[in-house]
Amino acid sequence: MSVPSHPVSLRRGLLTPGVAVLSCIALTGLVVAVYRFVFGLGAVTNLTNQYPWGLWIGVDVASGVALAAGGFTSAAVAHVFHRRKYEVLVRPALLTAMLGYTFAVIGLMADLGRYYNIWHPLLPSMWQGNSVLFEVAMCVTIYLNVLYIEFMPIVCERFIGRVGLPGPLRLLNGPIDVMLRIARGTLSKIMFLFIAGGVVLSCMHQSSLGSLLLIAPYKMSPLWYTPIMPLMFLLSAFAAGFAMVVFESLLASWTFGRKPEMPVLFAYSRFVAVFLGVYGVARISDLMIREAWGAAFAGDAASYMFLAEIGLGIALPLAMLFSTRVRRTPAGLLTASSLVVFGVLLNRINVFLVAFKPPYAKAPYFPSVPEILVTVGLVAGLVLAYRVCVTVFPVLPVEEHATDEAAETVQQRCPVQAESYVS
Amino acid sequence: MENSTFDRRQFLCRAGAVGLAGLSLAQPALAATDIAEGYGVLVDTTECIGCRKCEYACAKSNELSDLPLEGFEDRSVFNEPRRMTADAYTVVNRYDDTAHPERPTFIKVQCMHCLKPACASACLVGALRPQSNGAVTYDPWKCMGCRYCMVACPFQVPAYEYDHALTPKVSKCSFCFERVSKGGKAPACVDICPPMCLTFAKRSELLTLAREKVKAHPEQYLDHVYGEHELGGTSWLYLTSRPVTELGLMEFGEKPIPEYTEPLQHGIFKHGVPPMLLFGLLAVATKTFHHKEDE
Repeated sequence: MSVPSHPVSLRRGLLTPGVAVLSCIALTGLVVAVYRFVFGLGAVTNLTNQYPWGLWIGVDVASGVALAAGGFTSAAVAHVFHRRKYEVLVRPALLTAMLGYTFAVIGLMADLGRYYNIWHPLLPSMWQGNSVLFEVAMCVTIYLNVLYIEFMPIVCERFIGRVGLPGPLRLLNGPIDVMLRIARGTLSKIMFLFIAGGVVLSCMHQSSLGSLLLIAPYKMSPLWYTPIMPLMFLLSAFAAGFAMVVFESLLASWTFGRKPEMPVLFAYSRFVAVFLGVYGVARISDLMIREAWGAAFAGDAASYMFLAEIGLGIALPLAMLFSTRVRRTPAGLLTASSLVVFGVLLNRINVFLVAFKPPYAKAPYFPSVPEILVTVGLVAGLVLAYRVCVTVFPVLPVEEHATDEAAETVQQRCPVQAESYVS
Repeated sequence: MENSTFDRRQFLCRAGAVGLAGLSLAQPALAATDIAEGYGVLVDTTECIGCRKCEYACAKSNELSDLPLEGFEDRSVFNEPRRMTADAYTVVNRYDDTAHPERPTFIKVQCMHCLKPACASACLVGALRPQSNGAVTYDPWKCMGCRYCMVACPFQVPAYEYDHALTPKVSKCSFCFERVSKGGKAPACVDICPPMCLTFAKRSELLTLAREKVKAHPEQYLDHVYGEHELGGTSWLYLTSRPVTELGLMEFGEKPIPEYTEPLQHGIFKHGVPPMLLFGLLAVATKTFHHKEDE
């Protein structure tokens, strides 16, 4: 198997119908968000004194962080353990993580009642080390910056010798170029520290997100509430991280009309299978030990959500991933990886929204239309930002055996002959 | 104290005296965990007549409403159990007794002021804090508005000012912290309560009083002080004639809520050693695997 060539910027205009549709969705979300900031949370959300956390925390923040785990899992595989054939997956995963965390913070800002105090956990006078949320906040803040630093070499690569600011700003071209060169030189020596640090920070806050609801033992459904919730969150973040990279790579190939990286993805999907398997075994054994199975067949909404999560999100993709034939086809791999992503998304929604059954609630929480519009808008915004970034920066790999010039001319979707890609 | 018509004023005077002495002499020595010395309120639910004057006094004292006393005399509110809102730090609910329809039980609810508060453990910026006088207080200036305290509170007490766009606050009973700590006075609701329903004193004294009441009138009370041991204890204590679950209160174990997260959190991240260890391992792994590949 040949090592894929170096990533290049996507040579495709941004004026496409897809981009236009995404822009409209993102703008709608933005308008609703502006309305929220002017008139308050009560004017747009279905949040109550019983249900203080809703869609924005469950999906935008908790799920967003879980699905952005691909950044640290792929960095660990390719850069800590030096499995170089997976190098090609690192940059797209890093970009997704960087954007995922950025948008999680934007979503959090919309949810915070006093969003302008978001920096308060940084003040030592306000540190509250007993709080799980404090640790999550610190880790996410630091990790977000680590992600920006990890992305810096890509910025250097794109702009060193090519800083072309127009007009009077061109005076700055020289100094910026020098700064970029210094950054590249320094970072190449110490990057391994940031990568190792990023893995540690990720393990810490991915698990701590699972500890958040340990503080509500009397409100949570036994189907999800277990003292080892942090472990469950960590294992599912591993599975989601690996699956997300596969899912995204296939999706990008399909969208941009490129050949899927089948040999690499075929090998990489083993990680998904292994971590999903470990996670599945942990979930089932935990339920058996706690003897909480009964609630799974209670016939209420929570039980259906639980069965959907285990069946569609763990059992089905696991069965698919254990079949070599399924993993060899882009369609099979896309289905399996999207099911894993869906399963972890469903798990976060279940833990934060479905399992949370507060006393004295008159009706269960269901998100309002404006809440949904903001969440959908954020997702559209993220995809747009991804599209812009892969156009500006060298993120996506060119196809095997293709030179840079050739890659730039490849515009059409290539027919997929799955079997021929298997090494 | 043998009789149940315990003099509340007498108790107040004594409590006030002790409180002032405590403030002037022993203030620095009082740790937040010194639970025996904190104040509390004993709610004798068998004495409550549902006059809702406590709701009125609370709203007035905390500037939550301009409604005059007459505005709180509407008894139709008892048809549905209510909960605290951003505009009401305390509410009284009626629970009918099928065995004695003529004698319903009225339950005043508000923040229980836990000795080991879940909200304070949850708050990432320390906006919620247990005070040495028994109150759990809220500092809106620190608050980010994440509402994790509302997720954490087992009694489902804190409400939120969702309709305030710029400076929404978590709203809950402050135990009239200023009145209690500075003026040595009882909370507004206790001051106005006409029957012998609410007693304000040191928590340890209230527990003694509660036991005396139960001993003197075993036919009137269940032998259980709600809040004595629940979740590590609360400053507000309840005496009831019926099981609490019939009265809109939840049953709890004795384990304080912070103990569900704090030992785990401090165990995993003890002095930052485990994360640093993992970091070291990964850094070494990076260099080792790299080396092998070069060869």
